[in-house]
Amino acid sequence: MTDLLPHFNHWVTVILMVVGLYAVVARGNMVKKLVGLAIFQTSVYLLYISPGKILGGTAPILSEAYTVYSNPLPHVLILTAIVVGIATLALGLALVVRINEAYGSIEEDEVHEADGP
Amino acid sequence: MTTVGSPEIELLLNAILLLLMVVAAIGVIRLRNLFAVVLLSGVYSFLMATLMVALDAVDVGMTEAAVGAGMSVVLLLSVLGLTRTREAPTRRRPIVPLIISVVVGIALVHGTMDLPPFGDPNAPAQRHVAPEYLARAQVETGAPNVVTAVLASYRGYDTLGEVAVIFTGGIGVLVLLAGLGRYTGLRTRPPGAPDPGPEPKPVPLMEETVVLRVAVKLLLPLILVFAMYVQFHGDFGPGGGFQAGVAAATAIILYGLIFGIPAARRVAPMRVVLFMIPLGVLIFAGTGVASLLLGGNYLDYSVLSSVPRSGQHLGILVVEFGVFVTVSSTMLGIFYAFASRPPRDGPEPS
Repeated sequence: MTDLLPHFNHWVTVILMVVGLYAVVARGNMVKKLVGLAIFQTSVYLLYISPGKILGGTAPILSEAYTVYSNPLPHVLILTAIVVGIATLALGLALVVRINEAYGSIEEDEVHEADGP
Repeated sequence: MTTVGSPEIELLLNAILLLLMVVAAIGVIRLRNLFAVVLLSGVYSFLMATLMVALDAVDVGMTEAAVGAGMSVVLLLSVLGLTRTREAPTRRRPIVPLIISVVVGIALVHGTMDLPPFGDPNAPAQRHVAPEYLARAQVETGAPNVVTAVLASYRGYDTLGEVAVIFTGGIGVLVLLAGLGRYTGLRTRPPGAPDPGPEPKPVPLMEETVVLRVAVKLLLPLILVFAMYVQFHGDFGPGGGFQAGVAAATAIILYGLIFGIPAARRVAPMRVVLFMIPLGVLIFAGTGVASLLLGGNYLDYSVLSSVPRSGQHLGILVVEFGVFVTVSSTMLGIFYAFASRPPRDGPEPS
């Protein structure tokens, strides 16, 4: 299958990225926007982890039994990115809660209307 | 070169998980019931975690399972409880965003054509620094898990920065939702407003359910022991401070979900949580200062012991503990901040 579709992982990464982008741009609901942003973010995880994989390799925990390991460097970068991602998601959700308390809505259109022209 | 597993099975598993993730992501976009959206995003994250394990990124898979499928679902659900669970129909036309997305997608797919094929051992990414790390990590730091060695030692600066970002994010949430000046109560009222009196007794929703109550009490010690195992075995197996921190926080969160927030706040008081959030960053940064004072470079743990290798190993354990302290308390503090918000009163706005 690598010969057939060598870029399958990259294409799915692009699809997920675009789906997330669409949710952020097209949807007015702020929770939906944040979920879309999270999908966009996970596609970046895939963008980093996929090229690090070696077919037939194993996880980079050294042992006498194995000689081929996948690349550990993207794992390090993405591991920390995930936890930073939840901190930023929480910050976004906190803003949503405050917006809801101030405007009584989490829909972008209604918030803009309340603000007037 | 001995390889493990059959490449065909690996590719098949990879393809199935990727396709399921596309289905879940499109479902998230199309559904208007936000409750379903949040649960489906949890399913999506769990598929991502499984895929990460299939792609040999075991540490990443563990983190994504704890964070994406656990923590973020809890946060999103608590926000739905505070706001609303249905998305209003949009009045805007989706055609412009659709065109933008498709054009961006086509451009990116065009860009992937020049990338090396998936799983290629001779790709440039595999021939750069990765072989160096794999060859030297265990010799120099004594940690067989190369991910932990790179995370805590070789790229310690990065990780210190990431911990600082988590610290900042946590403080931001607490300032937005709780107001740090009145931290002990975690209640907000506008300045000058009359004191509303003692906090109303929250309705115990799930405490009455025997199955949940017994199951949680059985699970709690196991989750906490697992978190400690992940923490202190992280240099030999998958895991480390980030994963253990989130796992330990979810144990307390689970307790709070079933027995109510006041009960959870008696187990892990807010004062302790607020003390731990900066403490972890200070442990990490202080290890760097200690190595400076002992005559080494910042975050160069070799000088912490007479044998450089055991110094490295000691340094890794200490900074991973610092990561654990900040991550676990930040996750818990964020959860308290959301859970202590006054809930939506009255029926849901349509």
